[in-house]
Amino acid sequence: MRYAETGFNLEIDLTRGNIERVATDPRDTELYLGGLGTNAKILWDRVPPEIESFSPDNLLIFAAGLLCGTPATGCNRTIVSTISPQTLLMVYSMMGGFWAPELKYAGYDTVIFRGKSPTLVYLWINNDKVEIRDAAHLQGKGAIETAELIKEELKEPKAQVAAIGLAGENRVYYASIEQGRSSASRGGIGAVMGDKGLKAIVVRGTKDVNIARPAEYLELCNEVLEHIKARDGNPIPGVMPILAGLGSPQEMAVHDEKWHTENFMWGNSRTRIRDFWTEEIAKAWMETLESARTRLISCYNCPMKCGATLSLPGLPTYMMKCFSKLTYTLAAYSDLDFGLKIAQRATEYGVDGYSAPQVMAFALELYENGILTDKDFEGMPSDNEGRFYWLLDRIVRREGIGDVLANGTYWAAQEIGNGAESYAHNNIKKHEQLPLKLSMLNPMYFLMYATGEKINITQIEGNFPQAPFPTREEREEFVKDWIQVPDEKFKQYFLDWELRGENSIPYYPTVEMCCEIVDWQEMMHYIDDALGMCAGLSSFPLKPPYHIHNYPKFISSGAGIDMDEAKLTQAAKRYRTLVRAINIRRGMRRKDDKPPEDHWKKRFPELEAELLDKYYKFKGWNNQGIPTRESLHDLGLDYVSKDFIQRGILTDGEDTPSKETSAEKKNEV
Amino acid sequence: MKDEKKTKIIKTIKIDVDKCNGCRACEVICSAFHAAPKYSSNNPARSRIRVIHDPLKDVYVPIYAGEYAVAECAGRDKYTIDGKEYDECAFCRASCPSRDLFKEPDSDLPLKCDMCEDEEEPLCVKWCITDALTYEEREEEVEEEEEEQEEMEIGLEALADKYGLDKIMDTVARMSMKG
Repeated sequence: MRYAETGFNLEIDLTRGNIERVATDPRDTELYLGGLGTNAKILWDRVPPEIESFSPDNLLIFAAGLLCGTPATGCNRTIVSTISPQTLLMVYSMMGGFWAPELKYAGYDTVIFRGKSPTLVYLWINNDKVEIRDAAHLQGKGAIETAELIKEELKEPKAQVAAIGLAGENRVYYASIEQGRSSASRGGIGAVMGDKGLKAIVVRGTKDVNIARPAEYLELCNEVLEHIKARDGNPIPGVMPILAGLGSPQEMAVHDEKWHTENFMWGNSRTRIRDFWTEEIAKAWMETLESARTRLISCYNCPMKCGATLSLPGLPTYMMKCFSKLTYTLAAYSDLDFGLKIAQRATEYGVDGYSAPQVMAFALELYENGILTDKDFEGMPSDNEGRFYWLLDRIVRREGIGDVLANGTYWAAQEIGNGAESYAHNNIKKHEQLPLKLSMLNPMYFLMYATGEKINITQIEGNFPQAPFPTREEREEFVKDWIQVPDEKFKQYFLDWELRGENSIPYYPTVEMCCEIVDWQEMMHYIDDALGMCAGLSSFPLKPPYHIHNYPKFISSGAGIDMDEAKLTQAAKRYRTLVRAINIRRGMRRKDDKPPEDHWKKRFPELEAELLDKYYKFKGWNNQGIPTRESLHDLGLDYVSKDFIQRGILTDGEDTPSKETSAEKKNEV
Repeated sequence: MKDEKKTKIIKTIKIDVDKCNGCRACEVICSAFHAAPKYSSNNPARSRIRVIHDPLKDVYVPIYAGEYAVAECAGRDKYTIDGKEYDECAFCRASCPSRDLFKEPDSDLPLKCDMCEDEEEPLCVKWCITDALTYEEREEEVEEEEEEQEEMEIGLEALADKYGLDKIMDTVARMSMKG
């Protein structure tokens, strides 16, 4: 018997309409755990670099993390992986909600799509009965609307639905996959789903998920619940409120947006508005949120209430979480009422709440600067908010200028030319980022932004505080119950970290310390993304209930896989390296490992070069960021180095790169 | 001597639907606790508490499995509470033919909440740290309780209702003669 996992994947060939239930190899679970780890293995094995995002041979993989569907609190994430049309690299966007546990109860760990359906279809997974159904009547329907219609036509109110809206159908490069209160938004995975002719995946399951050593597992779960309860009443002192508690940033609960509105950039990530947050605005925004919000809501088996149900007058009800609350508001220099209203339409269309507003602000900037002209915006209303609605409608339908903008700021700028490139200024690896511009380089964030293959500057940080605490007493207090550190030395790093002077940013933490801190934080994210754990209870907040010391026990007693800290660290390193290998094989190199040029005002080129050099080395990568033969061998990834040598990425005998493949090629659309 | 009033412990789970966040942790832990061996598996479809929910309509009602009902109700009523419409089944605890709640998914046998006997409090309550579910035990004075009837007595009473006590006594006498 398999524990925690079901041991079966679904293989769906959309071209032929073929469905297969395939037993998986338990040894793969031991090596790659599940979720992101096994997705990376499948993509490496089956999607060579010649395969483009919109090729029928590209795979779209929906995985429930290894521990999803077990009683582990907060373990409910679906990890969606494919090749991104925007970055041309591997993308793994994730969503919470209820879909992944339901898939486990239906008897599957992963659903793998290949091919393309000639007509729009949806997949209906009902325990052992799996069928591809016609979705012609759902064409053009909103993502949330689609979910409701399908549940009704199947008479299955308990089914969980992941669906795309118009944006996905029209292959918008930042189309999302929506699942009621959650969405997997980043990297254009919704476009791949649309390209495959797949409108929705509907799942209902009523089978058991088994636990290897039940009593031990439940005790671990109870400890986690106790930890959450204890933290609830004891926010961490000395950090801003959104960092003091557990969960995703509690955007649906908080009214005080002084910090975001005055520190984040408005428009196309351009303007900082100091003194924005007046009493009058605070009052108006509070009224907006209070009247729109009917309830704070959670994902499956989690007490954190990171989401909310929102009902605005005259608009269908929808659900939201986290920072989409403000992205449209900031992009349009508008107010919360506008932000929440346009987000309703954007959710139905199914677009990423970070990229979409930025693309629209980018378009208007090009217009103001004469790079785009009246001709491009024929019929656009003159009022500010109206322009955003107009642009959104054009983009998701790929009409006129919308067709260009639907490819995101990087590709749109390439196509528009005439200096437009410099307006696509807030990207990492061609992907739009949170509108954040700061003054002094932070060496740890530099490494995370440059090398993180989530390609997303939100929620990659985590367990190490973002800034030093002012006094030694406060720091000593903080480290007292800091049980999550993998090694005691991290406490010392933090104790010695000062706001000013020798031991301050950017030269302290030292390059070596930065490597260790960033590696630790990244490892925790990779573990979460394989287990299906929400980062909000693990890798993202300070002092979370899940950490490197109790995770091996969860895996041992839950999945019945013999696991300890060393073995888990090694496994996470293995599939993390495999993600990099997939991208290296697609042409990613050191030149791509960089934050947005203007992310910090004060840059330190020499220090940055040293950071990359040492971090690459620390990770077992060569000077181009390519995993070396030796490190691949240590991780049991000799098949990767063999492929690298065959392709001339590594040469036989030494670890220098020879020829490069190109990640710069324009996609066909 | 004055009669002492008898009391009994009433176990009550208080359900505050306004506090429910729809996470269904109650379903997870209930089905795990009742697995055999204990906690060896979980499956909300086997849970004896279910959250009846319709997120877009803001309907969240945790409901416990009660008695088995052989037949479904003749009609269905709808309740409107604070502007939200609820099917009356949303508040009904019965395992009944009209719905798939509170039945073992494999056998269709009815399930019933046992308040997690032997535990300090029902585990759904323990795992509901948003306090939508809270547990209360209170003593209640009860009417002088009738002696509990034995099974045979219940059967005989039914027969007596039908044939009259005399007839039954005659029959018993006749049967014992034969014996």
